[in-house]
Amino acid sequence: MNLTLKIWRQKGPNDKGQMVDYKVTDISEHMSFLEMMDVLNEQLVAKDEEPVAFDHDCREGICGMCSMYINGEAHGPDRGITTCQLHMRMFKDGETITIEPFRANAFPVIKDLVVDRMAFERIQQAGGFISVNTSGNTQDANAIPISKHAADDAMDAATCIGCGACVATCKNSSAMLFVSAKVSQYALLPQGQVEATDRVLNMVKQMDEEGFGNCTNTGACEVECPKGISLENIARMNREYLAASLKG
Amino acid sequence: MAKLDSKVPKGPIADKWTTYKDKIDLVNPANKRNIDIIVIGTGLAGGSAAATLAELGYNVKAFAYQDSPRRAHSIAAQGGINAAKNYMGDGDSNYRLFYDTVKGGDYRSREANVYRLAEVSGNIIDQCVAQGVPFARDYGGLLDNRSFGGVLVSRTFYAKGQTGQQLLLGAYSAMNRQIARGKIEMHNRHEMLDVVIVDGKARGIIARNLITGEIERHSAHAVVIASGGYGNVYFLSTNAMGSNATAAWKIHKKGAYFANPCYTQIHPTCIPRSGDYQSKLTLMSESLRNDGRIWVPKHMEDVLAIREGKLKPTQIPEENRDYYLERRYPAFGNLVPRDVASRAAKERCDAGYGVNETGEAVYLDFKAAIQRYGTEQALLHGDHNPSKEKILELGEAVIEEKYGNLFQMYEKIVAENPYKTPMMIYPATHYTMGGVWVDYNLMTTVPGLYCIGEANFSDHGANRLGASALMQGLADGYFVLPYTIGDYLSDDIRTGEIPTDTAEFEEAEKEVKERLDFFINNKGTHSVDYYHKKLGKIMWDKVGMARNEKHLKEAIAEIKEIREDFWKNVKVPGSLNEFNQELEKAGRVADFLELGELFAKDALDRKESCGGHFRDESVETDGPQKGEALRDDKNYKYVAAWEYKGEPSDAILHKEELEFKDIELKTRSYK
Repeated sequence: MNLTLKIWRQKGPNDKGQMVDYKVTDISEHMSFLEMMDVLNEQLVAKDEEPVAFDHDCREGICGMCSMYINGEAHGPDRGITTCQLHMRMFKDGETITIEPFRANAFPVIKDLVVDRMAFERIQQAGGFISVNTSGNTQDANAIPISKHAADDAMDAATCIGCGACVATCKNSSAMLFVSAKVSQYALLPQGQVEATDRVLNMVKQMDEEGFGNCTNTGACEVECPKGISLENIARMNREYLAASLKG
Repeated sequence: MAKLDSKVPKGPIADKWTTYKDKIDLVNPANKRNIDIIVIGTGLAGGSAAATLAELGYNVKAFAYQDSPRRAHSIAAQGGINAAKNYMGDGDSNYRLFYDTVKGGDYRSREANVYRLAEVSGNIIDQCVAQGVPFARDYGGLLDNRSFGGVLVSRTFYAKGQTGQQLLLGAYSAMNRQIARGKIEMHNRHEMLDVVIVDGKARGIIARNLITGEIERHSAHAVVIASGGYGNVYFLSTNAMGSNATAAWKIHKKGAYFANPCYTQIHPTCIPRSGDYQSKLTLMSESLRNDGRIWVPKHMEDVLAIREGKLKPTQIPEENRDYYLERRYPAFGNLVPRDVASRAAKERCDAGYGVNETGEAVYLDFKAAIQRYGTEQALLHGDHNPSKEKILELGEAVIEEKYGNLFQMYEKIVAENPYKTPMMIYPATHYTMGGVWVDYNLMTTVPGLYCIGEANFSDHGANRLGASALMQGLADGYFVLPYTIGDYLSDDIRTGEIPTDTAEFEEAEKEVKERLDFFINNKGTHSVDYYHKKLGKIMWDKVGMARNEKHLKEAIAEIKEIREDFWKNVKVPGSLNEFNQELEKAGRVADFLELGELFAKDALDRKESCGGHFRDESVETDGPQKGEALRDDKNYKYVAAWEYKGEPSDAILHKEELEFKDIELKTRSYK
């Protein structure tokens, strides 16, 4: 198939940036979206132009590096996937595709489609851990039975890949889904109880300082999340936060 | 010429590690505050090492080329992590894990290292649970296990098909705790471009800030390389796009020996390639072989009908299917080790029985498992006369719970529903057992320079068993290196901070800058990927699943030619002082172009078949093992450690003879 691409080009954080049109031809429907971008970049290099910078690494939907906003949707027009898992069979011959970076005040653009997600790192550093040393001198792993349901729910929350699609898709650029996934994982497990109060307060405080917006429960984040992280996690975090504030 | 000293402690194998730990020198907590350690890479090995070293009190400087430690490619490991907990009561023990790993590695690993790995494996699970890793559990609330290839017990702990993700996030959380305390200085989006040696010891690195392009000097009292494997030398592999061998190769060029480069794991169950545009291959976890049965049609007319689209695999009756692994290896069946399963798939496809257009695919079928689970679930639900549909529904739900994310991945890539029709799979490059040579302390041949995880060579011999990479990465990082490095650093308590304004740093930085300048100013004709794809094709065709003298000699000559062409005609757009992904790739491919040649040279030198290294010339010619790989213990029972001397063809071979005192050397049989 032949396609027109409208791609956001921005030389650096201080450049104003603009949309630029490109054409690609003979694209196979079996290609992944990023392989289509590889074809474009090979073309650009051949013409002595600068290729489009974009983040990507594992190309199997788990590292959370890829981050494109395609035709107005984070990770493009398919559900339960990252950009690298999007395939060209989702598009039609002759279509025009708009490709932008994940946009949010807390995610400044580094170059073209690459954004800086260090805000997520700082939130995790504020409390996204259980304070146990890695000496191995802990009790036997089977010493505390954990109900299968709690373990499964914790796993569902823990599967967040930290890509930022929730923020990019939210009209308020809220990071509630991301933060609540981590808070929930530990809130559901006995190991996480000891620090539960401090954790939720510190992580939410850091989230607010980073300039993410508020949650207005539109649920767009849940729809675009490649890992299907549920809104229930936000409700759980709100409960945890309220309880912690009352204790605090 | 230094003699290779493995520094394995004396005494019975079960006591070595304990005795060793009791006798090594320690650094007191106050002195640890004056000691800096650089860790390159933040996957399971690097991430766990960085966290533990920082907890102990050392100042850690960690480096990752991604924008967060959480994105290292350990995240993509699917199936699980082994540990000799014997929770299933099926007769597992440290010795059995040790034995299985040595046998699985085709008797080409170092016994003492492997025993230690088995010994600390149980601790890893305890540690990870304490960190909040949500491993799969049964209804009683205890941890569940599954089986992996090459063993007869269930010792694999898992978190759906995302075990690597959950373990890495565990290590990442431990790192975050130390980053918050200021004990880890995290350098995201940085790439190490050289190591700096001062007075014979590793004392720092030169790194490039990938956002600004700035070249930076960082010093430390010891440097730890945990940068993963070199599977991307094949261009197409299950590795991440950015996975590279640069850190490992740079230290090799500065004196660290590189061991067994030809030991590469071709994983049997990956999604087959679909076209020339393909940028990477996707693994379907080995855990699927717990429940999936591998087959091709028995009759050629069925194969042809399938390829022409006239027949569907589900229409082929049982008696016309060739479950070739169950046929050839009745004892282990679909759970033979990876090298054996890969070669068997290649054998069928080479014979013409491949089931897709390219002739390079076999089926992985879940129908029997869905049937079995469905029947069992119906009984559990009190339904003694379930309909066919009900059985399918219940059975598919069990499969979804176990492997849901893998099935979804498959469906998104191939656009076929694997619950309804068998998956198509084919072998692909996945893991490299070879790597930087290290002694028992995980130190390379350069003092103060350590190498852990996939980047080193130590534990898996010529073939790694499934679910053992995660085990090794975390064992090295959490429980081995933190002890062994203290023994070395105890001599450094009075050294003080290492200055970076010295001639050694100056020289290393100059070399790095000259190379980068060359790339930008060369203005050649071909892109970096052009060369990488050419190299990959030679590696796959001539240094792939089966190797022979003629092909290896051709490969060596051809790689040399490509390398020379690369240094004349490579084209890198953009400039030095900016975010420049083509420039990053250029450096990595330049290193692969050297490593690839050493790889082929090592493969040529090893005239036996062992594990993932299969030589056409070395095959059993009769008896029950006819057609299987033939190992040659008399002549090749050694680790091949290569010393850099300029061109890869000039590399000098050093041999570490392997001793097997606790395991009897015998032919590896899975029949």
